[in-house]
Amino acid sequence: MHEMSIVMGLVDIIKEEMERHGAKRLCSVRVKIGKLTAVVPEALNFCFDIITKGTPMEGAKIIMEFPPLKAYCIDCNKEFEIEEYVFRCPSCGSEKILTDGGRDLSIEELEVD
Amino acid sequence: MKIKVVRDILEANQRIASENREIFTRHGVFVINLMSSPGAGKTTLLERTIESLKDTIPIGVIEGDIRSSIDAERINKLGVPVVQINTDGACHLDGNMVRECLRELDLSPLRLLFVENVGNLVCPAEFKIGEDHKVMILSVTEGDDKPSKYPLMFRESSVLLINKIDLLPYIECDLERIRASARDINPGLEIFEISCKTGEGLDRWYRWIKNNLAS
Repeated sequence: MHEMSIVMGLVDIIKEEMERHGAKRLCSVRVKIGKLTAVVPEALNFCFDIITKGTPMEGAKIIMEFPPLKAYCIDCNKEFEIEEYVFRCPSCGSEKILTDGGRDLSIEELEVD
Repeated sequence: MKIKVVRDILEANQRIASENREIFTRHGVFVINLMSSPGAGKTTLLERTIESLKDTIPIGVIEGDIRSSIDAERINKLGVPVVQINTDGACHLDGNMVRECLRELDLSPLRLLFVENVGNLVCPAEFKIGEDHKVMILSVTEGDDKPSKYPLMFRESSVLLINKIDLLPYIECDLERIRASARDINPGLEIFEISCKTGEGLDRWYRWIKNNLAS
């Protein structure tokens, strides 16, 4: 259950940003979760609720976005989406591909009062 | 009010891991982050590897476990420096835990450092510790469906060691299925089939280590 470590990182950043902007209460936080991370949304919510209890973040909603894992084939120049964790070009079978975004685990936006 | 942020949630760990990496590089130490499920054979692999290589390569070990020092005691018998981390419940090692160990471990004489992660097929893959390579073990008794079920670790690893192949006659495990599904996830993955019990296949693993130390 490494979501607790992830939530601790998340909360540290939110706290810092809220202080910097003089925010009193967190309404929501938007996060981007890459398809190649092993994050379970329910566990993330569960840990966030526990850690933020009694803080200005209590009750805030985590809005999770799961961007598609895009790839580009160097051999045939095709762009495609990686599905079922197969890292090979579906058109020409090449393994020379560039991927974009699968390991994202980032905080994008806060909504605060 | 909306605040645009765009920051990596694991930025604190990434920073510490990069600093660890700099420390290792400065000391000329090659670092392998060894990961697997509990019981796949991490410590036995280390015992075998240390016995075979310690006369030519100065090796150190960091042992990560939720609790106990059983593994560190096993490694200590081989006469190489070892530090035990107890995570007290955490399911993976992170950059900071490894950094703490460096106070007790003199890197100067070392050339190769193994960090044995907590036994777990999911979480350790998510956290960098400053390693040069992640290496994972999958034992044949765990089943040939594991790459498809736990893709991240197979994606992040440079080497997959398929261990306990001496047990293949007694179980149903399709090695080709492991190889094919692991290479779908990570086409560049090096795969060595080994038995830490009989020693079969370990030569290729030792050669991989030596080649990396030489480059």
